[in-house]
Amino acid sequence: MLSRLGYIAFNTFREAVRDRVLYNLVFFALLMVGSAPLFGQISIGLERIVLVNLGLTAITLFGVVIAIFIGIGLVSKEIEKRTLYTVLSRPVRRWEFICGKYLGLACTLIVNAFFMALGLFLAVLYVKKGLSFEDAHILVALYLIILQLLVITAITLLFSSFSSPLLSALFTFGVFVIGNFVDDLRGFAMLADGVQRWVVLGLSYLVPNFGSMNVVSQVAHGEAISASLVGMNTLYAALYTLAALSGAVLIFERRNLK
Amino acid sequence: MPAIEIIGLKKKYSVGFWRKSERWGLRGLTLSVDEGEVFGCLGPNGAGKTTTLKLLMGLIYPSAGEARILGMPVNDPGVKAEIGFLPEQPYFYDYLTPTELLGYYARLSGVPAGEIPQKLTAALMRVGMAETADTQLRKFSKGMLQRVGIAQAILHDPKVVFLDEPMSGLDPVGRHEVRELIEQLRNEGRTIFFSTHILSDAETLCNRIAVMHKGELRGVSAVSELVAATAGKTEIVVQGAGVDALQTLGSDSRLVGDSLRFVVASQQLDGALETIRKANVRLISVNPLRGNLEEYFLGQVSGDPIAGGNA
Repeated sequence: MLSRLGYIAFNTFREAVRDRVLYNLVFFALLMVGSAPLFGQISIGLERIVLVNLGLTAITLFGVVIAIFIGIGLVSKEIEKRTLYTVLSRPVRRWEFICGKYLGLACTLIVNAFFMALGLFLAVLYVKKGLSFEDAHILVALYLIILQLLVITAITLLFSSFSSPLLSALFTFGVFVIGNFVDDLRGFAMLADGVQRWVVLGLSYLVPNFGSMNVVSQVAHGEAISASLVGMNTLYAALYTLAALSGAVLIFERRNLK
Repeated sequence: MPAIEIIGLKKKYSVGFWRKSERWGLRGLTLSVDEGEVFGCLGPNGAGKTTTLKLLMGLIYPSAGEARILGMPVNDPGVKAEIGFLPEQPYFYDYLTPTELLGYYARLSGVPAGEIPQKLTAALMRVGMAETADTQLRKFSKGMLQRVGIAQAILHDPKVVFLDEPMSGLDPVGRHEVRELIEQLRNEGRTIFFSTHILSDAETLCNRIAVMHKGELRGVSAVSELVAATAGKTEIVVQGAGVDALQTLGSDSRLVGDSLRFVVASQQLDGALETIRKANVRLISVNPLRGNLEEYFLGQVSGDPIAGGNA
């Protein structure tokens, strides 16, 4: 069972690599390192803040775009091209296929984020002419970005298990945007009355709270991130991912593959 | 125990925006295929052949009825290790080479790691792809992909092989090679269930055939019975002035210009040839008639009474 999951995950990762998806990270790393000297000129004394802010935001956005655009095709492309037929006619359960695909894309995103972060560290090293303890906080922000990407991937799989690739991309991107404004949404709910209040409040708890996983600004200013925030976000992301993946599996188990 | 047993299998699709309309893909199919048999499923487009195969592979779920392979329900993971499947016009991960693709499928099929290289080489040799084993599939022609498709279907030594239109899109050489391969599999004692449009292939390869039309089974017959039904008859074609006088020599005569075609029973053949020689006309051809699967097929799909017996 686990071995089949591993084979499917490895094949998904191999597909991403051979489709040159990861080439973007080389481009990103070079761009970060290459543009580092410019930060000193455009933001005197604020080089590190601007650089870390920009770098981590770019890692998030690149990751989300890759998660959505590969994620929407993970299942639909296999059905459309009928490559799924020769997989599911073997002793592979449908849930193994979905989870294997998820793990494969998750690995791709982690490798992607790792290399992008390497580019960011090289740029920080160039700007500061050395690294200090506060730069280690970048790793915490990176971990929380990866958690966001894992949740986004699971949501993409959930949407793509029952809707078209285009709609799945729109739904997931919508969830990502709303998820970054969950606190604002809850504030808005408090100002509203009656049904509107409960609908907005319900929505704010339904979408994942990406805002709480976004510590880019604090890290850019050299602030430490509390262990409890990291721990709670880890648990939250794990539960959310599990729920979204379970939904995707439940829908896919019942689906007729035309 | 039959290798494949299908009992009252039905598949209904909901179509339209609101999914309120219904379309039947299969209307109660019942048949069984014995172990070691080569069974051909014939029918025009939309007959329900691919639907049947998808149901047997567990890719779609039946609206009613059940199917068993080697005595096990089709969705039992145990049965999946014993079957091989070639989909119609297969498409594979084109970023892989045949070696990588077959390695992946072998692992998913549960082939022990130590046996994979040997089985992989054997499968590639068998379909004549050993020399292109390390070329990416995106560079392959349709015929080459079909061969890879067959290799992945037989890679893990399945007991039952399902082939959906295995000759589709192949040139005559490719068709010949696939036919030979199916013959080899038959000689090894494997059960083969395949769908096809090409009647001559079915006639050559199958022990029995089923004719399907509009989601219904119209008839099942042993190919040998069909051949025997018209055995012992010979078609004669003659040409020349006065051939019209020879029309009474046999049955099914057809006169076009100065050419005459008619059919005689084998015991009347010598007499008919003697008469032709004396009539001083030119003998164009003398052909023994073989079993006519085409006539049987057309009879079933045109709504004629079912002539081939039951499943």
